Amino acid sequence: MATAHSRTAARLMVSPAVILLFLWMIVPLGMTIWFSFLRYNLLTPGNESFAGFDNYYYFLTNAAFWQALTNTLTLVLGVLAITVIGGVLLALLLDQPFWGQGVVRVMVIAPFFVMPTVSALVWKNMFMNPVNGMFAHIAKTLGLQPFDFLAHAPLASIILIVAWSWLPFSTLILLTALQSLDREQQEAAEMDGASPLARFWYLTVPHLTRSITVVVLIQTIFLLSVFAEILVTTNGGPGNASTNIPYLVYAQSLLSFDVGGGSAGGIVAVILANIVAIFLMRMIGKNLET
Amino acid sequence: MSRKTTQTRRTVVTIAAWSIGFLIFFPILWTILMSFKSEGDAIKAPLAMLTSPWSLESYHEVQERSNYALHFWNSVVLSVGSTIAALIIAVPAAWSMAFVPGKRTKDLLMWMLSTKMMPAVGVLVPMYLLFRDFGLLDSRAGLVAVLTLINLPIVVWMLYTYFKEIPGEILEAARMDGASLRAEILYVLTPMAVPGIASTMLLNIILAWNEAFWTLQLTTSKAAPLTQFIASYSSPEGLFYAKLSAASTMAIAPILILGWFSQKQLVRGLTFGAVK
Repeated sequence: MATAHSRTAARLMVSPAVILLFLWMIVPLGMTIWFSFLRYNLLTPGNESFAGFDNYYYFLTNAAFWQALTNTLTLVLGVLAITVIGGVLLALLLDQPFWGQGVVRVMVIAPFFVMPTVSALVWKNMFMNPVNGMFAHIAKTLGLQPFDFLAHAPLASIILIVAWSWLPFSTLILLTALQSLDREQQEAAEMDGASPLARFWYLTVPHLTRSITVVVLIQTIFLLSVFAEILVTTNGGPGNASTNIPYLVYAQSLLSFDVGGGSAGGIVAVILANIVAIFLMRMIGKNLET
Repeated sequence: MSRKTTQTRRTVVTIAAWSIGFLIFFPILWTILMSFKSEGDAIKAPLAMLTSPWSLESYHEVQERSNYALHFWNSVVLSVGSTIAALIIAVPAAWSMAFVPGKRTKDLLMWMLSTKMMPAVGVLVPMYLLFRDFGLLDSRAGLVAVLTLINLPIVVWMLYTYFKEIPGEILEAARMDGASLRAEILYVLTPMAVPGIASTMLLNIILAWNEAFWTLQLTTSKAAPLTQFIASYSSPEGLFYAKLSAASTMAIAPILILGWFSQKQLVRGLTFGAVK
């Protein structure tokens, strides 16, 4: 059915998407690489000069970078731990028959649709505020000293906020996976006398492994770029206590106007994301064999 | 298993699921409730707040003080505009990849996906400078272009997985029956493709509405969508809980509703077809 004529037409139809994405990929990224080798500060325009690897050297040897890297990894791993474990438990629960499944499902998914600036500010003010927040009110009722979450445990608080936004995603995907589980196989195992634990371990877990991998990889891509939640809650502080790599790059380039240093940081972030991306692409690529 | 134990079990699961669901939904519910209180009542202890009188005062004030309608409209223009632009580019591309696949189709799809993996901060500096030099900072047109490009890979992928499910035999059958190309597209393909296009559109509007990196970096006031407008509440300026709640409720309500319609497509869209 594919004639030479239709092939040409097909190529023409694909080309706008390809050309646009190619430009989007290559032009800004090329500029970032170029800037990363320059001494370039927005406060002293016209004084750009070649800097070699100096920007990388300063960025990577700065104590702030190592703290930001640690914070980025803590944030990613913390949110992953909560959302994957919580997501599996929640999906197993919601997969059981109970009254009002539709309503509960909607309530559980809802946080995913809340824009990052809203979820961060709602948690920051209505819940974590040490004077008027709900946690402070509860602490006072119990006769305890209110805890200033964002001042004393900034990173943990941000992990909680981000985990709340992403828990619905993992739950929804794992629930979808559970529902595609082969019921007949389950029943056969039950007839053969397999205990519920054995059925879970030998049938459900292997079935879920693939979906968990997908959840982990996709969330990692997004979690490596958490930005808005940090901007509106702590501004990366106190000190650098809640600065991650995206926030550090933003602060360096748009708050300190150091284009060269910020660009070097941007390239470091790209390299980090690519390490994860390679694994994700393999997963999805395998699925494409049809 | 006796009937009684399944009933007991069902009751226990119901209680557990409702409690956890309520707990997860609670911050949203609380925000909605608080938006119908006055500023003075909003910061009271939880019980006192609940029993205080209801009012629409915060909704009025949010609009009067800050032209909320403008930011809402910006969000609509940015999300719908970028989605339509992405669809115009992606439908023909996904169509031809699904129906006239070549040797390189798979590589092309994977490459498109890889562009989505690039973290935004990697191109923050040049994008900011390009926008500044072309006078696009704080303009809706510039942001529509960026949002179109960042969501284009997802749109192509989603459409591709939907189109792929349309069986080629149906087209051949139509052709055997003497349908013209025009009739084939109009009466056979389009009805089968519409649900896929609609759900792709829905998911993409949601993603663009909530996008909070480029909207925060590239807008300040005139073209600022709701993400940026809400972020302006991060600087404390006296009593603002009720107003923040009202602004937030209006910002998330449309997406919550759209989201309920797109639950199933969400999984497929966000996992690039890896989980269905």
